Amino acid sequence: MTAVPLTFKRHSVLPGFHLALGYTLLYLGLLVLIPLSATFIKTFTLTWPQFWAAITSPRVVASYKLSFGASLLAALINAVFGTLVAWVLVRYRFPGRRVIDAIVDLPFALPTAVAGIALTAVYAENGWLGAPLAALGIKVAFTPLGVLVALIFIGLPFVVRTVQPVLEDMEKELEEAAHSLGASSVQTFVRVILPTILPALLTGFTLAFARAAGEYGSVIFIAGNIPLVSEITPLIIITKLEQFDYPGATAVAVVMLTVSFVLLLTINALQSWARRRHAQERTV
Amino acid sequence: MTAIAAQLAPAIARRKAIAWMPITLAALALVYLALLLLVPLAAVFIEALRKGTAYYFQAIAEPDAWLAIRLTLIAAGISVPLNLIFGVAAAWAITKFDFRGKTLLISLIDLPFSVSPVISGLIYVLLFGLQGWFGPWLAEHDIRIIFAVPGIVLATIFVTFPFVARELIPLMQAQGREEEEAAVVLGANGWQALWRVTLPNIKWGVLYGVILCNARAMGEFGAVSVVSGHIRGETNTLPLHVEILYNEYNFAAAFACASLLALLALVTLIIKAVVERRYLKEQR
Repeated sequence: MTAVPLTFKRHSVLPGFHLALGYTLLYLGLLVLIPLSATFIKTFTLTWPQFWAAITSPRVVASYKLSFGASLLAALINAVFGTLVAWVLVRYRFPGRRVIDAIVDLPFALPTAVAGIALTAVYAENGWLGAPLAALGIKVAFTPLGVLVALIFIGLPFVVRTVQPVLEDMEKELEEAAHSLGASSVQTFVRVILPTILPALLTGFTLAFARAAGEYGSVIFIAGNIPLVSEITPLIIITKLEQFDYPGATAVAVVMLTVSFVLLLTINALQSWARRRHAQERTV
Repeated sequence: MTAIAAQLAPAIARRKAIAWMPITLAALALVYLALLLLVPLAAVFIEALRKGTAYYFQAIAEPDAWLAIRLTLIAAGISVPLNLIFGVAAAWAITKFDFRGKTLLISLIDLPFSVSPVISGLIYVLLFGLQGWFGPWLAEHDIRIIFAVPGIVLATIFVTFPFVARELIPLMQAQGREEEEAAVVLGANGWQALWRVTLPNIKWGVLYGVILCNARAMGEFGAVSVVSGHIRGETNTLPLHVEILYNEYNFAAAFACASLLALLALVTLIIKAVVERRYLKEQR
């Protein structure tokens, strides 16, 4: 960004600054900022011990472990396979590549409830993939494993879409040079490719993790929602609301919001790191 | 001669070994995508038609399904244009002027994406619900927001809030200000510069943001579920209708309604791919 002098706004010949910014701030404030701060203010109706009890009851703690644990695992799996998919889409030419490239965004476009019931049908014990897995003794639907499958599904596009443009810009000559200097494929990947895509990969990983941690619609159908076993944190909030335990629901929501804000800051820092790296490489 | 050949042999052998890599990697990526994305997508349509086409069309033509479709269209019809106007205003303020706190403003606009859908609904319950800040006042004046259509619209606006803005900001940043500045110096007013110069330049970006915004608006489940109250024929959107049918074990009807949402997702992906290609062509 260019340096801004001491005044709030630099002079410009273009009109509409006050109208556009005023409208933006009004809309943002009324619809997003005030409602979000209401959540934090609402928790002040609880005393500190009440708040602590609400966010550390065994059922809630079990849900954190499941939500954040499964999200982390799903994001890791997506980091590996997302990089693989991005690599295949960028480097190889095969029939139907464009269609596959477009279908990667399906989890963004498909409503979560539809994804939820479809995954449940596929992974239920009599489902297309559930039946062969059940024969192997692996139960997916209505277990924590089902939660993981749903979170892998909804997180898939993030890593692909952050890594893909970096790979597209990467010069093939670098790899070829590494190869001709005697590096093996693994060495080339670890020493040449991975360092280049790392900022984008971490951004995609964090985005996938953040999305998975808050996910609701695609999970609740396949999870089975057994307390202490396969109950995710967003469902705890809904359950508390249905019992009219508003302060309790809000307390758990504040924990989740705090985690999301930390993740958002991480994502912003990673993205600016990625941009700087990218700009450096372009100029070299 | 033979000495050189002997020296080159390991390198040639490596090249041959590498030739297997692309095939293996591509096969792995394609199998992964097929299992994770295509199988559930196919399951939606096959489950929908399990009881035959007559049953399928009957399930879609049912009055409750129609009312759910109508409410989904109303919610998207209000929230998408509002977020479009906001997106253009925010992008104009952010990209055409230099002012303090711009980076913070961009982060705040992205905020709704990092909030769990369940919490996106909860915040409006805390404001407008019976126990909320404005609850008693609203009840006195007989205005219903939560468990009614306005709440559904508010929750939909929140979850789709950043879509248009985040497409337009990088696009308008890349296009710079010279064209608008030239128009204004030549005597155009701000609205003319916006309509005749800016909007024609960003039309693909606008379309792109609008279709993604619309797909999410029509498919939103978690946030809408919290504020809806699930009153059949009154506050049910199509995704909520799918959930009700599914929980009543009416699977064929649930998947029939879900197939409409899956079609919407496919149309969204097709338009998105076409817009991307058009845009790339115009760039060249």
